[in-house]
Amino acid sequence: MRRFAELLDRLVLTPARNGKLRLLADYFKAVPDPDRGYALAALTGGLDFPSVKPAMLRALVSERMDEVLFAYSYDYVGDLAETISLVWPAPDVAEQDAPPLGTVVETLNRVSRSDAPTVMADLLDRLDPSARFALIKLATGGLRIGVSARLAKQALAAMGGKDIGEIEELWHGLDVPYEPLFAWLEGRAGKPESAARALFRPVMLAHPVGEGDLEKLDPTNYVAEWKWDGIRVQAVSEGGVKRLYSRTGDEISDAFPDLMDAIGEDIALDGELLVGDPREKTGSFSDLQQRLNRKSVSKRMLADYPVFMRCYDLLQRGDEDVRPRPFTERRALLHEVLPALDPRRFDLSPLVEFTDWAELEDRRSNPPHPVIEGVMLKRRDAAYLPGRPKGPWFKWKRDPFTVDAVLMYAQRGHGKRSSYYSDYTFGVWAGAEDDPQLVPVGKAYFGFTDEELKLIDKYVRDNTVERFGPVRSVRAEPGHGLVLEVAFEGLNRSTRHKSGVAMRFPRIARLRWDKPAAEADRIEALTALLAE
Amino acid sequence: MKPQDLLRPRPEGLYCPPGDFFIDPVRAVDRALITHGHADHARAGHRAVLATKETLDIMRLRYGNDFAETRQAAAYGERIGMGGVTVSFHPAGHVLGSAQIAVEAGGLRIVASGDYKRHVDATCAPFEPVRCDVFITEATFGLPVFVHPAPEIETARLIASLAQFPERAHIVGAYSLGKAQRVISLLRAGGHDAPILIHGALARISRYYQGQGIKLGRLEPATVEEGTATRAAGQVVVAPPSVLGDRWTRRFADPLSVFASGWMRIRQRAKQRGVELPLILSDHADWNELTATIRETGAGEVWVTHGREEALVRWCEINGIAARPLNLVGYEDEAE
Ligand SMILES: [Zn+2]
Repeated sequence: MRRFAELLDRLVLTPARNGKLRLLADYFKAVPDPDRGYALAALTGGLDFPSVKPAMLRALVSERMDEVLFAYSYDYVGDLAETISLVWPAPDVAEQDAPPLGTVVETLNRVSRSDAPTVMADLLDRLDPSARFALIKLATGGLRIGVSARLAKQALAAMGGKDIGEIEELWHGLDVPYEPLFAWLEGRAGKPESAARALFRPVMLAHPVGEGDLEKLDPTNYVAEWKWDGIRVQAVSEGGVKRLYSRTGDEISDAFPDLMDAIGEDIALDGELLVGDPREKTGSFSDLQQRLNRKSVSKRMLADYPVFMRCYDLLQRGDEDVRPRPFTERRALLHEVLPALDPRRFDLSPLVEFTDWAELEDRRSNPPHPVIEGVMLKRRDAAYLPGRPKGPWFKWKRDPFTVDAVLMYAQRGHGKRSSYYSDYTFGVWAGAEDDPQLVPVGKAYFGFTDEELKLIDKYVRDNTVERFGPVRSVRAEPGHGLVLEVAFEGLNRSTRHKSGVAMRFPRIARLRWDKPAAEADRIEALTALLAE
Repeated sequence: MKPQDLLRPRPEGLYCPPGDFFIDPVRAVDRALITHGHADHARAGHRAVLATKETLDIMRLRYGNDFAETRQAAAYGERIGMGGVTVSFHPAGHVLGSAQIAVEAGGLRIVASGDYKRHVDATCAPFEPVRCDVFITEATFGLPVFVHPAPEIETARLIASLAQFPERAHIVGAYSLGKAQRVISLLRAGGHDAPILIHGALARISRYYQGQGIKLGRLEPATVEEGTATRAAGQVVVAPPSVLGDRWTRRFADPLSVFASGWMRIRQRAKQRGVELPLILSDHADWNELTATIRETGAGEVWVTHGREEALVRWCEINGIAARPLNLVGYEDEAE
């Protein structure tokens, strides 16, 4: 439990992705089974202990210490789990009596609601404060440490020298505490055979079209299709088991019962999840957002924002894994299978006709629908390969939108950048032409070079108006201010932002030292971009 | 004699009317008794100063030779008459030369603890409990949440991180008097023999500690030119806490910020400061040390000062000891 607690403490405070990966991989290497497997389950959200509730822990503490002293402590610390972990009056128990993570998880798995208080108290007595904190967070399901399931899988891949695709493909067929997985990663056993059904297939991804890429490609080898602005999903059905996965292999079936009901038998489809009715209307990304990150879905939500899947590819038909077949064959099979599915829930993503790159460029720049964000190029003869192989698939996105905005606030970065003001809030002009005011429209913290970062940092320090903790407000008036050319992928309506708009993926495209702040864009330039 | 006739708070600091002196006054006064060399306790400009020899030396290093008109050194345990009262200095275990000050008159003894701790510290004499009627205790970490772990466990985590992240410079923020030298001494005891780089602000004090026979191993100046030298990958750089996240750290290889402080017990504190590796290491007593010390002094009355007075007063109440907050101003220890 000590090692696990230390890992959590370090992960929370380590901002860099590589640092997190190293902490995770080192932990998986050093810690034996089954503890590491339980840790993996804890990090990927695979554990749930309904018998332990925060109120119960609160009661346990009040049996053990003065209420007033607890109140002072809680007031100071601010987090209940942390306060309890720190003030818990632990009797002197030898270090070696501390239970390992595996024992803790197995104990919590078995415990009934009525025994839970005694069992938790006994565990807390045997742990140090950091491990007590880990225990409480683990038991009450509040483990928030900035590690995604994908990052944990990436660490496993690094540890075993495997491709993350292989791990994602296996993942849903594995059980806690993952001993066969670790045995395979350590080269002590073969790849785990999975008996589970409807597993995830690692997704094939595309490279962006770079400078000069197209000149080297023969257009006759490629087909093009629209790239839709929804979320990439995989729908799998096998032996009566149906699952919907995100691009990274996380299961999201529960959030989309409307789609799940319509998936046919023994099939695996790759496509884009969108809102609307494919026969009539394809909704915007803002509409789709209504359906994302929800645990349960109301009837009203299902009626107002129905989802459907616009299919790009076929991975499995009946017993046949069709991924090794060329794209054109898979596409032909997709044509055959789709008519059997509910047309309100599934349709085919149309191809884009073109003879040369110039013609395709023209179509890309004038897409027939606002929810298209570019075109995909797929080699006719390419198999469906996991990961991002160079060559068979390209994405050619619509050019980003840009706006000239004025720097308003700057905040200190994290990790490497903690000594720099590297997170920028910028605004555009609003209000009367002769008395314009800046309204913030977004925040960006990348897109500039290290050299440019130093220059902006200096500008921020030299032009600070006010400081609030790690944030500085920067002089920003029509006659004085730094203009940033901000690129972004799209714009959503937002009630949370004063400006009424929220940018998608904003980044700093250029520093416009040359441009007077008064000539930055006005809010109308953005609101005009909102569809409808 | 009533306790408040022997010692009482005044705006300048704790005052003894019969002896006509102040303890750790925050403004210049005629006669000052100084518990230890930290800036919030030891200020320049008093006419006469009485302190341990080490504290006088440290004040001289900080403020120059004329930090006071007259200076008198007190040995630990030596009884010194001051007007109608007797004073004596006793080890406080806080930093080199730190002392508690006992003030006695008419059969009444009050001990002012100054800053103190009970954890073992190889860089200074250990705290000695002194029986007294009134104990004036600090309360920097006067909340049950503050329980400092064994210091060697904390520095072992730093040593492990050097091996795990050998490409990064480990910048340790540590108070320049006491904490910095203690961290270095603990690293040495933990088997870390490599040269340690130190910020210029630590140089003179560290040299003084070494002159007093405290083993700190090889120390090198960290103030290399930007972009030159090794940039300290895999090395320990010790600097004042204020430089963490500052431009000064940019000269080092992918700096990993470490903060050695009792405040690091609280996760949010570490997070707010962008600390990646918090070391819970304090030169102040934690909750258990505070309460154990109060009992050991046998004091029937406790005055609580600088820190979280209310919780310690509450603890005394529960345990049948008369207690009140002293509300002295001017002492703060955010960087501790
Ligand atoms: Zn001090």
